[in-house]
Amino acid sequence: MNIKKFVVGCFDDEAVLFPAVKKVRKAGYKIHDVYTPFPVHGLDAAMGLRETRLHTAGFIYGLSGTCTALGFISWVLTKDWVLNYGGKPHFALAAWIPIIFELTVLFSAVGMTLTFCYLCQIAPFVKRHHFHKRATDDLFVMVIECTSKTNVQETENFLKNAGALEVNTQLAETGWWLGRYDLDRKLFESKTETITA
Amino acid sequence: MSLIKYESFVREPLVDGTKTYNDVTEDIVCTIEAKPARLWYIGMYISIALLLFGVYSIYRDVTYGIGQWNLGKTVGWGWDITNFVWWIGIGHAGTLISAILLLFRQGWRTGVNRAAEAMTIFAVICAGQFPIWHMGRVWLAFFVMPYPNSRGALWPNFNSPLLWDVFAISTYFTVSLLFWYTGMIPDLATIRDRAKTKLRKLFYGVVSFGWSGSTKHWQRHESLALVLAGLSTPLVLSVHTIVSFDFATSVVPGWHTTIFPPYFVAGAVFSGFAMVQTLMLITRRVMNLQDYITIGHIEAMNKVIVLTGSIVGCAYLTELFIAWYGANPYEYDAFFRYRLAGPYGWSYWIMMTCNVVSPQLFWFQKLRRNIGFTFFMSIIVNIGMWFERFVIIVTSIYRDYIPSSWTMYYRPSIFEIGFYLGTFGLFFTCYFLFSKYFPVIAIAEIKHVLKTSGESYKAKMAELENLSVDEFYAKTHHDAHH
Repeated sequence: MNIKKFVVGCFDDEAVLFPAVKKVRKAGYKIHDVYTPFPVHGLDAAMGLRETRLHTAGFIYGLSGTCTALGFISWVLTKDWVLNYGGKPHFALAAWIPIIFELTVLFSAVGMTLTFCYLCQIAPFVKRHHFHKRATDDLFVMVIECTSKTNVQETENFLKNAGALEVNTQLAETGWWLGRYDLDRKLFESKTETITA
Repeated sequence: MSLIKYESFVREPLVDGTKTYNDVTEDIVCTIEAKPARLWYIGMYISIALLLFGVYSIYRDVTYGIGQWNLGKTVGWGWDITNFVWWIGIGHAGTLISAILLLFRQGWRTGVNRAAEAMTIFAVICAGQFPIWHMGRVWLAFFVMPYPNSRGALWPNFNSPLLWDVFAISTYFTVSLLFWYTGMIPDLATIRDRAKTKLRKLFYGVVSFGWSGSTKHWQRHESLALVLAGLSTPLVLSVHTIVSFDFATSVVPGWHTTIFPPYFVAGAVFSGFAMVQTLMLITRRVMNLQDYITIGHIEAMNKVIVLTGSIVGCAYLTELFIAWYGANPYEYDAFFRYRLAGPYGWSYWIMMTCNVVSPQLFWFQKLRRNIGFTFFMSIIVNIGMWFERFVIIVTSIYRDYIPSSWTMYYRPSIFEIGFYLGTFGLFFTCYFLFSKYFPVIAIAEIKHVLKTSGESYKAKMAELENLSVDEFYAKTHHDAHH
């Protein structure tokens, strides 16, 4: 278990969120994450996240599908069980294009999706700490990680001044655990102090 | 930053009314949280009844064999393959809306893509039933998979279009399912976080995979959606191309034409959009989603229908021209003596009227924006496209090379019809369950376009609309965030 202390600020408008992210980063706070109900374009860049390389993985998976299909079919039809189909060439590459193409797409799609789930650490029965219930509805939730030097009160005030509607401090597990959302099994003692601006 | 992106006034709003992000969630999730209406139960009972009849028809087919159907050695493909091609064609619109329109950056896809993708998946499930049960000895169906076996190992024929079909359709189903489901995970998390009952918390907690909405996760999610769209686009074209190869690579006059792949793909999109219209018009009415599936959406889909309908019309005429110009007597007879005329001539003319003539009415904007007319046309096109496949399949083979084996007259048996009705039951049972328990509209995607394309937000852009180019540039770049 990896429990840390976080200062949480909730925004209801992306037009306020963007300058706030800038200010918070400039002031030297460490943004743990920003949870949004939909993909906010440019937010990843504003937070200084690097581009994802997921599509490169997709390309490699696709290539492996191409090789699998081409290798397997040519082995079957020219080595393992050589059948004469109406006197046509055994290495009938043109006729294999459909299956080679389908396997390319299949490997790429399945591989990428599994990689996506692995990278994001999402799966059925995975449970996480959610900093705010409305982060999947209409709030943009900025979470700042506290270090030993962080002054919590000061951070909260900073977020309020940056335009946060609701500010609080939470102790939270950073990773995931196996659990169900209908069972309130507390993995830790959480102290939530809510200060409404 | 006053504006995220500027949308011209020329484009209609995609979301009507004055809405906040929370309103979007409420509007779409409320039907999931409420008890279903009486209409839902009635629809569900009818679907299940049809499904049960289908199950009984298949039971007869498996127990007594394909002889339960009126197929013979001349008409060896009848209703079953007609229905297979019909359903698989319907599936194509979902991928077109969700993938191709995503690549073309068509904003209006957001309102209808979720339900259209669901329709794709259910239609492909229905389509898959026909070739599987047509095998007769269905318990040997796994022979089509290339696995090491004790028969030598004797592999399937990789040069055969029928095997290509196996790969194409299973890939298509898998990729569509992944695309649909990964897109839905954030919306399922939205429902989970609002859930009040224990069961709902459990169910949506499991199916939402612990989604949190982290910025990094969204970044990967967008990348995944884009690449899956890029993969689905050639995939959807390949699937119907390969289905058309089932016919085009044969030596049957009326089947072996090179125009088949593009002609089948256009026809598939055409029939698929008709089915999307049928479903969307009912869904928006019953679930009160007129603000999200607007008249603008319906008009856009009608434009696709008139375009693809015209492509199909061109293909029909090209086929006839080539049959005459090619000067092959068998080809000529197949089209002009046995298809246009002859005992099945009526089916050709139903096809022509429904698919080519009637969609031309959609050149009139008044009719494109008329809901009643659109619904009527969507049914007409569905009927027409069913007849297209019937015409291609049955009228090409009922008179083959040996006149002694000519058949008169192929009529489906009650269990052939029952099987078809059964797939309707399967399709609508799935669709009713989906519309009750899953978000029929992509909530996150609607929120994403809300502030640029929502009616009330667009109204605020009037000021910018009147600016000159230089003023506009100065204003929007003054406070841009990067």
